[in-house]
Amino acid sequence: MKAINMVGIVKCFGPVRANDGIDFQVEKQEIHCLLGENGTGKSTLMNILFGLYHQDSGDIYINEKKAEIANPNDAYALGIGMVHQHFMLVNQFTVLENIVMGNEAGSFFTDEKANRQKVEELVERFGFRIDLDEKVGNLSVGMMQRVEILKTLYRGADIIILDEPTAVLTPQEVEELFRILLQLKESGKTIVFITHKLNETMAVSDHVTVIRKGKVVFQTATKDTTPEELATQMVGRQVEAVVSRPAKSYGEVVLELKQVRLQDKAEKMVDLTVRAGEILGIAGVDGNGQRELEELIVGMSPCREGSILFLGKDMNQVSIRQRKEMGLGYIPSDRHKHAMVPNFSIQENFLLGYQEDERYCKHGLVNYKALEEDAGKQIEHFEIKVSGIDQAIGQLSGGNQQKVIFGREVIHDPKLVIAAQPVRGLDIGAIEYVHKTLLELKEQGKAILLISAELSEVMNLSDRIAVLYEGEVSAQFVNGTYSKEEIGLFMAGKKEEA
Amino acid sequence: MGKSYKKTLDEILRSLAAILLALVIGAVFILASGESPLRAYGALIKGAMGSPQAIANSISKSVPLAFTGLAVAMGQRCGMLNIGAEGQLHAGAMAAVITALTFASLPSMILLPMSIAAGILAGMAVGSVPGIFRAKYKTSEVIVAIMLNYICTLFTSWLVNGPYKVAGSTAQTELMPEGIWFRKILPRTQLTTAVLMLIVVAVLIYLFLWKTSIGFQLRAVGSNPEAARAAGIPVNRYLILSMTLSGGIAAIAGVTEMFGKYHRFIEGFSPSFGFTGIAVAILGKNHPAGVILTALLFGVMDMGALRMSRETAVSSNMIIVVQSLVILFVSAPTLIKAFHRKRG
Repeated sequence: MKAINMVGIVKCFGPVRANDGIDFQVEKQEIHCLLGENGTGKSTLMNILFGLYHQDSGDIYINEKKAEIANPNDAYALGIGMVHQHFMLVNQFTVLENIVMGNEAGSFFTDEKANRQKVEELVERFGFRIDLDEKVGNLSVGMMQRVEILKTLYRGADIIILDEPTAVLTPQEVEELFRILLQLKESGKTIVFITHKLNETMAVSDHVTVIRKGKVVFQTATKDTTPEELATQMVGRQVEAVVSRPAKSYGEVVLELKQVRLQDKAEKMVDLTVRAGEILGIAGVDGNGQRELEELIVGMSPCREGSILFLGKDMNQVSIRQRKEMGLGYIPSDRHKHAMVPNFSIQENFLLGYQEDERYCKHGLVNYKALEEDAGKQIEHFEIKVSGIDQAIGQLSGGNQQKVIFGREVIHDPKLVIAAQPVRGLDIGAIEYVHKTLLELKEQGKAILLISAELSEVMNLSDRIAVLYEGEVSAQFVNGTYSKEEIGLFMAGKKEEA
Repeated sequence: MGKSYKKTLDEILRSLAAILLALVIGAVFILASGESPLRAYGALIKGAMGSPQAIANSISKSVPLAFTGLAVAMGQRCGMLNIGAEGQLHAGAMAAVITALTFASLPSMILLPMSIAAGILAGMAVGSVPGIFRAKYKTSEVIVAIMLNYICTLFTSWLVNGPYKVAGSTAQTELMPEGIWFRKILPRTQLTTAVLMLIVVAVLIYLFLWKTSIGFQLRAVGSNPEAARAAGIPVNRYLILSMTLSGGIAAIAGVTEMFGKYHRFIEGFSPSFGFTGIAVAILGKNHPAGVILTALLFGVMDMGALRMSRETAVSSNMIIVVQSLVILFVSAPTLIKAFHRKRG
């Protein structure tokens, strides 16, 4: 029996056909991966199923019966629940309160006992490991996700949609999630798993549907396919993995952190060095000090404890502008917030951060000719798809925006490049490009600090790796010393033995 | 290039649609009050554009609105809402007039630029205050500017009712020396060389914002302050700069009214130019050209309203209703779209 059958779904946003006649079937009691790059319409399709959007045309059948889903309440009535990428939890409430919120037992007064009993039943049946009385604000991200899943179960969901559930998890948490998903399947639930990660698709799913540019391009049983085939289907061409080779020798130390405090709660200070021609990868789950590290080095927040040396000079009293002039290239982790002005043209965004560079600014006037020349050169070199240099950067895809930002930072011949989450939200093609660029920069002898929550990215590109946990470096080693699993343990707080 | 041209055209068309819609709804009100909309609007158009004198007066009415509109736009480009233009133009007008009266014996060639400069400096000083408070203490520039509006209007009111009051019942100062009055461009109208000053200022603002590095940084702060900071732009300095410049431009609105129309400071000379300037800036999309076009439209309506109220039973206040509707439709573009869809 088909739990979900979506036929000929079309959904347009303005001129963009996000879903262009999609047929999507999921058998009952299976784990079905919806695979595709960012912006191909997978989330749109699932938001339609969950009643957050309404399709322009096409029909939906749930358990072989035609369904009209106008809002999430309709979806829940049909037994469909969804766990979003961004959690919707109240931090001050306990786990139990969050789960029953909006659907408490009892009429006017809530029946505390009935609530608890029902939730405990669920926890036991599906083998969750969770403390119901803990405040959600104190939980790890993996735990919060479990609360979200329990919420859908509590509301009686038989079909559970998970939108990119592993993006924020450690490898161990991913394992635990998969265990829970398999358990849910065993007990009769149907699961739709939205992802762009191939290895996860291979590990957990029974069937895969690949979406590209709003259309279904491939559908198969997972056991009949390979990661390579899926990648090719996803991107529409052969993809090569970019892997770094260690350099024969490294240059002088370009960046040095001495006894720097990253987070208030950290007990140990951080020491790091990056040499010319070297990529130092910072691994770790998001929120363990990456943001602080990035902001301290760039100068967005003051370094209160310890010192940061760039080219041997203490950066304590040095402004952001002076650091940039000294040769600091910066790819911020929050592209929209820190790297660009969305409604400015590509040309103007090329000026951002270099507005007082002699080449671009003569007698206080902007030299648009030089700017046009440089922007044009980088657009060509990076194969950035634009309609012209006066197009607003906000209209570009994430990948093309990132290329503009790389192009801007690279053309000023930086000595040090801080690349923070450089491929976040990008699709495979763009990721490949960014990684190649980082390796090129390394070959040119630049020092690179690569901060990334994607462990595979750090392992593929880095010469050395430092792992961050709760604002401390839990391990620092030459790449290749430890396996992925061992690094996973460092990410979860295990200390490297000296 | 073609694309941005089309976008501008689109925006102009949308603004025109808003104006048309506002006039249609205004017509309904006029009908309801038992008058003929055709007759009323006819009188309006005749009053505003029926003769060269009428046109000149319409333009003259739009000049102070254009200045306050430009002032607000300058703040907006840096992400600051300068709601204090009203106070700034009072301070500017008073400072200019006092300077002119105090140094009346100086030759006009020196006295005129000196008085104008004094007015602009006063406006800049008043404008800088909300900027400094915002940058230093994170206080809302809106609150501080509103407070300063009271301070400025009441302080100038005291000056013109007290130490600088000329004998008589009206609260006004003495006349400034005739040599520094702005020349009339067309006799028997109020159109003076103030309009030339407006054009110069508008062009300077355009060049400053789009051709200089400082202007670029100011706009970057306005569009994405976080990114501006990450790019090494001293955000706080630009918050202060934009408010200071905005105050200076607002002051010119007061100064030109003094030198062009009244030739003295007179209490209550501004029918909220400062606040209407906010609407003008919004409608003009914070662009000098857009601001001037919008100010012209408002000037035409104000001028025509006088004749309309004389020839028909429709109150000149009706034009404020129409102006408000224009603002409503432009600031809520979805409303226009809703009308569009119903028709299509």
